[in-house]
Amino acid sequence: MSGTENKGTSRRAVLRGGLAAGAGLAVAGAARAEGTPDPLITEVQDWASSFGDPVDATPYGMPIRFESQVVRRNVEWLTESPVSSINFTPIHALEGTITPQGCAFERHHSGAIELSKPDYRLMIDGLVETPLVFTYEDLTRFPRETRTAFCECAANGGMEWGGAQLEGCQFTQGMIHNMEYVGVPLRLLLEEAGVKPEGKWVYAEGADASSNGRSMPLEKAMDDVLVAFYANGEALRKEHGYPVRLVVPGFEGNMWVKWLRRIGVYDQAVESREETSKYTDLMPDGRARKWTWVMDAKSVITSPSPQAPIYHGKGPLVITGLAWSGHGKVTRVDVSLDGGKNWQEAELTGEAQSKALTRFRLNIDWDGSELLLQSRAVDETGYVQPTKDALRAIRGTNSVYHNNGIQTWWVHENGEVENVEVA
Amino acid sequence: MSKSLKFLLGTALGLSVLAAPAFAEKLGLGRPALPAEIAAWDVAVLPDGTGLPEGSGDVATGDEVFAEKCATCHGDFAEGIDNWPVLAGGEGSLKDRRPVKTIGSYWPHLSTVWDYIHRSMPFGAAQTVTPDEAYAITAFLLYSNGIVEDDFVLSKENFTSITMPNADGFYPDDRAESEYATFSGEACMTDCAAEVKVTKRAVTLNVTPTDPDGRPAGTLPNPDPVVEAAVAEPAAPETTAETTTAAAGPDPALVEAGAKVFKKCAACHKVGEGAKNATGPMLNGILGRAAGTVEGFKYSKAMADAGAAGLVWSDENLHAYLSDPKGFVKRNKMSFAGLKSKDDIDAVIAYLESAGG
Repeated sequence: MSGTENKGTSRRAVLRGGLAAGAGLAVAGAARAEGTPDPLITEVQDWASSFGDPVDATPYGMPIRFESQVVRRNVEWLTESPVSSINFTPIHALEGTITPQGCAFERHHSGAIELSKPDYRLMIDGLVETPLVFTYEDLTRFPRETRTAFCECAANGGMEWGGAQLEGCQFTQGMIHNMEYVGVPLRLLLEEAGVKPEGKWVYAEGADASSNGRSMPLEKAMDDVLVAFYANGEALRKEHGYPVRLVVPGFEGNMWVKWLRRIGVYDQAVESREETSKYTDLMPDGRARKWTWVMDAKSVITSPSPQAPIYHGKGPLVITGLAWSGHGKVTRVDVSLDGGKNWQEAELTGEAQSKALTRFRLNIDWDGSELLLQSRAVDETGYVQPTKDALRAIRGTNSVYHNNGIQTWWVHENGEVENVEVA
Repeated sequence: MSKSLKFLLGTALGLSVLAAPAFAEKLGLGRPALPAEIAAWDVAVLPDGTGLPEGSGDVATGDEVFAEKCATCHGDFAEGIDNWPVLAGGEGSLKDRRPVKTIGSYWPHLSTVWDYIHRSMPFGAAQTVTPDEAYAITAFLLYSNGIVEDDFVLSKENFTSITMPNADGFYPDDRAESEYATFSGEACMTDCAAEVKVTKRAVTLNVTPTDPDGRPAGTLPNPDPVVEAAVAEPAAPETTAETTTAAAGPDPALVEAGAKVFKKCAACHKVGEGAKNATGPMLNGILGRAAGTVEGFKYSKAMADAGAAGLVWSDENLHAYLSDPKGFVKRNKMSFAGLKSKDDIDAVIAYLESAGG
């Protein structure tokens, strides 16, 4: 329960009806009478007196119930069936850069299957000297690498091509997660089979009913692709491809094949359903770009945002968000408070990693007036995240995929935030 | 591709400097794949026809198989039902405001159609379409899209003679040439626009999933609320439905299980004939009673207020309270963490109902 004055009212009505200054969220913090001792301090609380949970209560824990709103969510009208659908990471509620597996977005084309390690097989065939079959245990005997990488669905932001549509970065930028993977470089497996000189493409497919096969150039497969079996320190979760998935840093999420079953080496792209009828970008002239694998630089302010309004009123305010680039490291993130008229450089936290999420923050003293918040990522290639209109000028509004345009949040005086576009 | 070649060479050189040549590095892991295994799993069909098995199928047979296996989602004429994919039509629509991307209007290769039907369809029963059926369905879809006549027979032999209408409609990613120069360079930092106006608001579309309070789903709660904290969320006054079902009497096995669970409560609560208040209030007649109303028991302010605000111990409210006493009525004084198992709660409520009427 929010405890705000718009409880029971539709948000739409509240936002459209105009918001009187002082109404709504900004009252929080004002009602506790000054000088009255806080009973949370002066009275002995139950948790300070009786027992908490014993160590045998929770062999594997879930987040405390007070965080129950921090979950993956889907948008029902997007797809006809939830087993061939997508949900969204609650990035508005997360901090740092690592996404917990349990709330990291899922995209399945035929549901998340249950495949055990003993039942697991990986085949490498096609243009190789020796077609091979690996068991799970075989994979664990190859030298391993650790790599942190973001996985972004090519359709992240796809619903926003026609204009601002969904309220909240979970829905507008939440088809993304960032995990620390451990696995075997695909290069080592290909070398074990011996790629023939005429082999130029690698096709990866999954063990689920969709198989979701995708082709990639051999050079990418030999570069930084991992056949991963751990994420964030533990086994992959079922929905992320247990026991083995492909990690394809910087490339669109559809290529990160889950429940990886076969790697075929070919002299051409397979041109599967997922790389022709889907995951191609229709341009205004009626032709379409294909093989648009790399995710260009992008950023979004995760708080404040529509699902993370400002409750505390004016004064110190932490603006925080995420930035990433499929081309390498994020080198700078700028933040605008006035819809792009003026910009200031945000602080990047930690050392930016290539093709992984970077956290940025900007601490301001909010005067309580309206803001038009934007963020703009710059990567090591010098690419500057464009506005949505700049993208539309080239791509039109029907390309579905790869919308990396600048997001605008309209922060109202009462702390409510909405998804808007500006010009 | 010269750049790629250089890249590959660079990788190979880098390896050979660090260690022995790649091919000498083999670890001898895995085993050779058997021909039957490769045949079972490598079913990919490529644009040049590589991978197609022997077989054939005609439009009429395809129509029948499609009606049987595909039409419940895609429609009898491949027109798509509800939001399921439309497979036919849409020709010439790709520049429209709402393009219709179908096999006929969009798909560049016939191999993709055959491959996808054969390996991934029907949805929920993948890999049940035989090669001949896949040829027949593909022939029917060509016919539905006006690409072949109704007497057409598709086979491995004539497969590559079919050119899809949008075969030339695709080109490799050209962002490096068409966009990156435009989107690079010094970014403007000050006075970048004269005036900024809001041009579009998501709120006018109203298509975002919402929480019960009307706000966007998943909106974070206020971490420092100032009102309402002392009083429980008012529970809807109901109970009649639940209490009347009690007339039939609780399941004896459940009551027995509940008697065991109640041992956790018995140190403070009494129930049954002659039960009196103790550390906690006596529980006779608890079901359907207003909270905080047992005579002679000194309740916390929170519990008394909750009762005054209308909280009644319905079956539902008892469930909620017993699963999380401190969360359901904040700052009440029952020092019990709650019952983790819903079965235990069901049982103990059945016991209370049975023992305390």
